[in-house]
Amino acid sequence: MKRILLVVAGACWLGALSSVLNCPAAEETKPIKIGAIFSVTGPASFLGAPEAKTAKMLVDQINAKGGVLGRKLELVLKDSGGSSEKAVSFAKQLIEEDKVLAIIGPSTSGETMAIKSLCEENKMILISCAAADAIVNPLARYVFKTPQKDSQAATWIYHTMKGKGISKIAVLTGNDGFGASGKKQLEDLAKTEGIEILADEVYDKQATDLADVLTKVKGTPGVQAVVNWSIVPAQSIVAKNMRQLGMNIPLFQSHGFGNPKYVEQAGVAAEGTLFPAGRLLVVDELADSHPQKKVLAAYKKDYESTYKEPVSTFGGHAYDALMIVVEAIKNAGTPDREKVRDAIENLKGFVGTAGLFNYSATDHTGLDLGAFEMLTVKDGKFTIYRK
Amino acid sequence: MESGSLALQYFLSGVTKGSIYAVVAIGFNLIYSATGVLNFAQGEFVMLGGMVAVTLVHFVPLPVAVAGAVVVVCGVGCLLEILFFRKLRRHSVLHMVVITIGLSIVIQEVALHIWDEKVRSLPYFTGNEVSSLKFLGAAISPQVLWVLGTVAVTVVLLQVFLKYTLQGRAMRACSSNPEAAMLAGINIPNMRTLSFGLSAALGGLAGCVISPITMTHYEMGVPLAIKGFAAAIFGGLGNPMAAVAGGLVVGVLEAFAVSKLPAAYSDVAAFAVLLLVLFVRPHGLFGRLEGEAVREH
Repeated sequence: MKRILLVVAGACWLGALSSVLNCPAAEETKPIKIGAIFSVTGPASFLGAPEAKTAKMLVDQINAKGGVLGRKLELVLKDSGGSSEKAVSFAKQLIEEDKVLAIIGPSTSGETMAIKSLCEENKMILISCAAADAIVNPLARYVFKTPQKDSQAATWIYHTMKGKGISKIAVLTGNDGFGASGKKQLEDLAKTEGIEILADEVYDKQATDLADVLTKVKGTPGVQAVVNWSIVPAQSIVAKNMRQLGMNIPLFQSHGFGNPKYVEQAGVAAEGTLFPAGRLLVVDELADSHPQKKVLAAYKKDYESTYKEPVSTFGGHAYDALMIVVEAIKNAGTPDREKVRDAIENLKGFVGTAGLFNYSATDHTGLDLGAFEMLTVKDGKFTIYRK
Repeated sequence: MESGSLALQYFLSGVTKGSIYAVVAIGFNLIYSATGVLNFAQGEFVMLGGMVAVTLVHFVPLPVAVAGAVVVVCGVGCLLEILFFRKLRRHSVLHMVVITIGLSIVIQEVALHIWDEKVRSLPYFTGNEVSSLKFLGAAISPQVLWVLGTVAVTVVLLQVFLKYTLQGRAMRACSSNPEAAMLAGINIPNMRTLSFGLSAALGGLAGCVISPITMTHYEMGVPLAIKGFAAAIFGGLGNPMAAVAGGLVVGVLEAFAVSKLPAAYSDVAAFAVLLLVLFVRPHGLFGRLEGEAVREH
């Protein structure tokens, strides 16, 4: 009898304690946790480093202005080093231990695909900063992404080619996930767009020189343009080797070229390179009335004054991911995961760095073809391509 | 493009790649010549050379920056030997090889923290990104000639050093018979430090001359070391001249493989030939058959 009494008393005490801990006042002052997985170091660091810097800068800015719904944000940042295995274990940690509201990142498509089903099973909101179509196709209820799709980039390249009267091309891709995805999109779309691929080569992503591959392209009769699809430094090597070999046909690159560093590395060889990208890189050329102008100019100014390095489109993907979560929390009026997820899916006309986001129950990319602009390099600077 | 000049163009592309492998391969040889150890951190010396030179070139003219980088990397090489190898109780080859692998990882991480993850490069020594020398319808970047020139000069200097100077002979003696060398009054630890310093300097120089072509970033060392290592083995370890030949052969093989096969298979083709050669001649193309004597020239 005594023992039962003791147990009951203990249970009451525990119950009382937990109700104190759960009391609404304490809950409302705690920061809202947002997880982030970026490859800050490793081979994809040129993506992850600006993404992590952007996320930190934004969280500081938001907190300085009093946070969201009166609560501060807390960024739980993990560096995956570009490894899918690490991304999986960090995602588990963020879901089970940190119990974050949402995860932004990872930086690469490979890592995102590795944690896609994990997030879906645990009903964890994931807003990826990677581009592959497979992230949102097939659609997962809790998985979104912010960059434009690879297929949209390929479509832009083909449309520009047709405008220039080009129909026979060579395709070069790096042997990584990004290159493989681009190769597939380019090959698939070539048929419907009436483009003929005469040479289709995959090179080592750590290549030191690609003159031999380009010699093969040069020796292939009828090639009117080269498309190179990679996110590695080889983007600069291709441009240099083409000019060294005296090839004067146009060079198209993927949206992975949207990093001023690669233009700097390719020097004069980068002149005239054509590639689709978001408008962040050409914000100065946009009319003041352009809907993205204000957001882009503010982000560029803040990033460049904080970190003393030029802004890249990749950091912009993290900007979009974080601000979409913040916007959704505001719209939902509560940091409840289900309600925030619904708010993201219902987000319409949200102005991000990549474009205007209009998510829906069937579209978790939220961007249309208009999010891209065809850019070119002139005097070492990105500028909008005009025929 | 007619087939003759196309073949020449493939050959020149191969020479471009091969010259990069060769200049890295030479560095492998020196430490091997003195200690019998393969230094897997050699690629990191190459990376450091490029990084230091790119940093210095903001403040001083290019030749001074390159010289500065060579001196700094040479210092790093000596320091690493003094810190990590001198205190070893037993200098077994296996111990030392494992330490070099560890050093390779540490140097990469340190480079990531000193500099960052970004790609950088030295300006082309002559001309710029688009200039090329044309002959018989084929083209080659003038920077490749700088690399080949560097290779030629260092190989000759190395041969003279190892064959005709007292220090060089002492270094070879340490390798062929450490005990006899010690009895003859050669300070073996100092010789080891010298060999590390010299190969680091060679690596640093390689990192500078290839930087305009390959660009420099903190992770470039390992793939370069693998190719350089393959070139050194292919030629026959312990002989700088053979390493150069090995590097050029691997490069040209890759280039001609691209002409016949999809580019993705160029490494496969090059390494298949390498394996075949090693089955027939385990000591490499130009190496000597007798085990220990391989390290002599």
